[in-house]
Amino acid sequence: MNQMMKRPPHPRALPEQSEWTFELIEQAHEEIKRVAEAFGLDTYPNQLEIITAEQMMDAYTSVGMPVSYSHWSFGKHFLSTEKGYKRGQMGLAYEIVINSNPCIAYLMEENSLTMQALVIAHAAYGHNSFFKGNYLFRTWTDADAIIDYMVFAKNYIAECEQRHGIDAVELLLDSCHAIQNYGVDRYKRPAKLSLAQEQRRQKERETYLQSQINELWRTLPRKAEEETVAQAPIRFPPEPEENLLYFIEKYAPLLEPWQRELVRIVRKISQYFYPQRQTQVMNEGWATFWHYTILNQLYDEGVVGNGFMMEFLKSHTNVVFQPPVHSPYYNGINPYALGFAMMTDIRRICENPTAEDREWFPDIAGSDWKQTLHFAMRNFKDESFIAQYLSPRLIREFHFFAVLDDDRNEKLSVSAIHDEMGYRYVRQQLADQYNLGNREPNIQVWSVNTRDDRALTLRHTQFNRRPLNQQAHEVLKHVARLWGFDVHLDTVSPEGKLISTLECKREKRGRLI
Amino acid sequence: MSYLIDRRLQGKNKSAVNRERFLRRYKAQIKDAVGRAIKGRSITDIENGEKVSIPVKDVNEPSFGHAHGGVWEVVNPGNQEYQKGDQIARPKGGGGSGRGKAGNSDQTNEDDFIFELSREEFMNYFFEDLELPNLVKTQLTATTDFKSQRAGYTVSGTPSNIHVLRSLRGALGRRIAVGGPSRKALAEAELELETLLLADVPLDDFRVVELKKRIHHLHTKLLAIPYIDPFDLRYSNRIKIPKPMTQAVMFCIMDVSGSMDEQRKDTAKRFFILLYLFLKRVYDKIEVVFIRHHTAAAEVDEHEFFHSRESGGTVVSSALNLLNKIIDERYGAGQWNSYVAQASDGDNWDNDSVLCRQLLANTIMPKVQYYTYVEITDGPPQNLWEQYAQVPEIHQHFAMQKIVTPADIYPVFRELFKKQPK
Repeated sequence: MNQMMKRPPHPRALPEQSEWTFELIEQAHEEIKRVAEAFGLDTYPNQLEIITAEQMMDAYTSVGMPVSYSHWSFGKHFLSTEKGYKRGQMGLAYEIVINSNPCIAYLMEENSLTMQALVIAHAAYGHNSFFKGNYLFRTWTDADAIIDYMVFAKNYIAECEQRHGIDAVELLLDSCHAIQNYGVDRYKRPAKLSLAQEQRRQKERETYLQSQINELWRTLPRKAEEETVAQAPIRFPPEPEENLLYFIEKYAPLLEPWQRELVRIVRKISQYFYPQRQTQVMNEGWATFWHYTILNQLYDEGVVGNGFMMEFLKSHTNVVFQPPVHSPYYNGINPYALGFAMMTDIRRICENPTAEDREWFPDIAGSDWKQTLHFAMRNFKDESFIAQYLSPRLIREFHFFAVLDDDRNEKLSVSAIHDEMGYRYVRQQLADQYNLGNREPNIQVWSVNTRDDRALTLRHTQFNRRPLNQQAHEVLKHVARLWGFDVHLDTVSPEGKLISTLECKREKRGRLI
Repeated sequence: MSYLIDRRLQGKNKSAVNRERFLRRYKAQIKDAVGRAIKGRSITDIENGEKVSIPVKDVNEPSFGHAHGGVWEVVNPGNQEYQKGDQIARPKGGGGSGRGKAGNSDQTNEDDFIFELSREEFMNYFFEDLELPNLVKTQLTATTDFKSQRAGYTVSGTPSNIHVLRSLRGALGRRIAVGGPSRKALAEAELELETLLLADVPLDDFRVVELKKRIHHLHTKLLAIPYIDPFDLRYSNRIKIPKPMTQAVMFCIMDVSGSMDEQRKDTAKRFFILLYLFLKRVYDKIEVVFIRHHTAAAEVDEHEFFHSRESGGTVVSSALNLLNKIIDERYGAGQWNSYVAQASDGDNWDNDSVLCRQLLANTIMPKVQYYTYVEITDGPPQNLWEQYAQVPEIHQHFAMQKIVTPADIYPVFRELFKKQPK
């Protein structure tokens, strides 16, 4: 801070030009880094990589990772991105940033100097510090090991393709992808990913797992004394299991060891992205808040000029624009807009609290904004962040209102609006909207028929009477492919009453088609 | 610590393998789409790759999600007029307002998945399963031929290949180069001698004697430089390069009698273009000969072939006679793979059709790799068709098909050139 105050007006001002050079990017980065550190952003070391538009499309389409295994669905995404991009229907993402240590941020060569600075501030300091600080990322991801793990996965899968054929691997991956959102332990903290460990343990795992499964599916008659005990049906699994991929990896009767490893790879990668799916508003809001704050600081110091600022503000405004619900451009709530508004609002509540703020946020009104904001970033996910910090003022600014759509009623009804009576209701509703548990159907492994046909029963517990989509049956086929025997999907009411059931019969028992 | 890395030259085209995987997976659908793309549209721009669409249900990756129904309560931004308790009519189509993407797509009316195939990819699909009949046979029977070709000069070779001009030019250069210092010294000595003599130095002066001796020595030395040295010899270099046997000639024969209207010509043209593209893929070198005929036949250029309005009655044999003559004159002796594609509406002068069959069966068929006849007509087969129909009994490398609409071209083409059971 001191250093900042003492600085003469324009000691290292960036030139007003749109072409970037390596020197200028380094210079911009130095300035951004200095300001970011002064604001207390704690980051992994940064690795900035200049890439072409085509490389950006590559990165964009293979789960945003610099290395990934080969699969047709990545090709599909590439083709559709390429089509959109070539026709000029869409711009590419300005930035991709990878939650790794060092944190890799891509700068696209087509960007102007201003945009490069924006991306550096946004990705290399905003997202980066979020990855390092937020509790979900701290718990669920290991930035030190992810790249290694992706390399391991890529090589392992390539090896499987050579040994077992591309088709066999592809079919299995398709099936795993179909249920990859059900590959997460929500409550258990996963073991850290580490390449060395993975490789060492992989062999052990193969033999150990297989022995476990053999025990479960033992076909030899049990001893006489066991027989009587076994008459009483033993539930398996004893408790419902929410992690479908984990259950399959551990217990699917017919999978080969290499197939279990593939299930595991998809599960691990899916788990890695689990925090991202729950912190979109926060993560983008945080990064947007910081690029805005850092670049404004640089402007105040005179490091960047008016032209730079105009271009920057234009992009920034586009990013945080929230079209209203009746607009033809409306496509749900823009996480950048909401996140940025909330981060900015928290700072405002700290610095200039109104009487309303003091009433609603007694703990933070008037507190140190940097500490408060960092606390919020570290300890919440979208759902709880909104429940905790969305202020009446923002609800008014966004003109939020809640609409109840019950298919038993003929009309939709407005259940709350941005008024005194509605603030808490709207806030809670919006928070629930970001609850992954509400967004995705609750489907768990319910039981396995260990005695007879080995059929697997999944149970979908209905939430608000919402039905499953039509793809459910397709997904069930994939589950059946992995499980190797019949699969049932029961839909039950929250009280446990069976509503409907879907099933997928295996035509050829025991063959992985 | 931070790094700035220029990654632009590395790791290009990383998605190529994924793209390849995608194409591989949807091969059948893409082939269908390629087939559809060709139907009823101009074939001239076929080589430019193609936009291909696949039904989206095929490329969909299913996942569990909610469908619409039950209770949804959604917070939206941008309220303008509503108060709590207001009732809103359900939007058409049943979707709750602002359901966003949470509902997951279970719509079935989505657009197809559209993407672009590169030119190379497109052509691969286009020509898959097609092959030129008798191609294998030719390649097996053809003995590899070498062609001798000049390739500059070498320093060794047989006397018959000595290149006189190059050798002498080299020798001259060498003599100039080697003799240079001596010549210079000689000139100097002569000048010195002259100076001395002009100064009336006696002839027996030791300087004069020395100079004379020196001049004599230098003369001898210069004369001793060989006129030509083995070192100077240059031989014409000839190398043998394998002569491409994969060369072909394609004869396009078209009936341009009055009954061949613009539309039929256009259909024929598309057929020829297809054949040309196809042959082009197989052969390094391909020549095209256009023969048009009505009562008389003529060899013409491409423009003339398709656009001339000259017209008259029909005598097909005139074209076959001309074809035979051209093969004998220019494409004979087994050096060429000859393909003939004949397009006609089948209308011929009565007595001529028998003649045509005889010409074909006895004279032409033994000289060509493949002969296709397409009859562009929507009417019943004419006498030419009936006569031609007897040819395949004798010569299996003769094929004929009927084309009614442009949409038939590709299927007919595939039928004519489909891979033959080995």
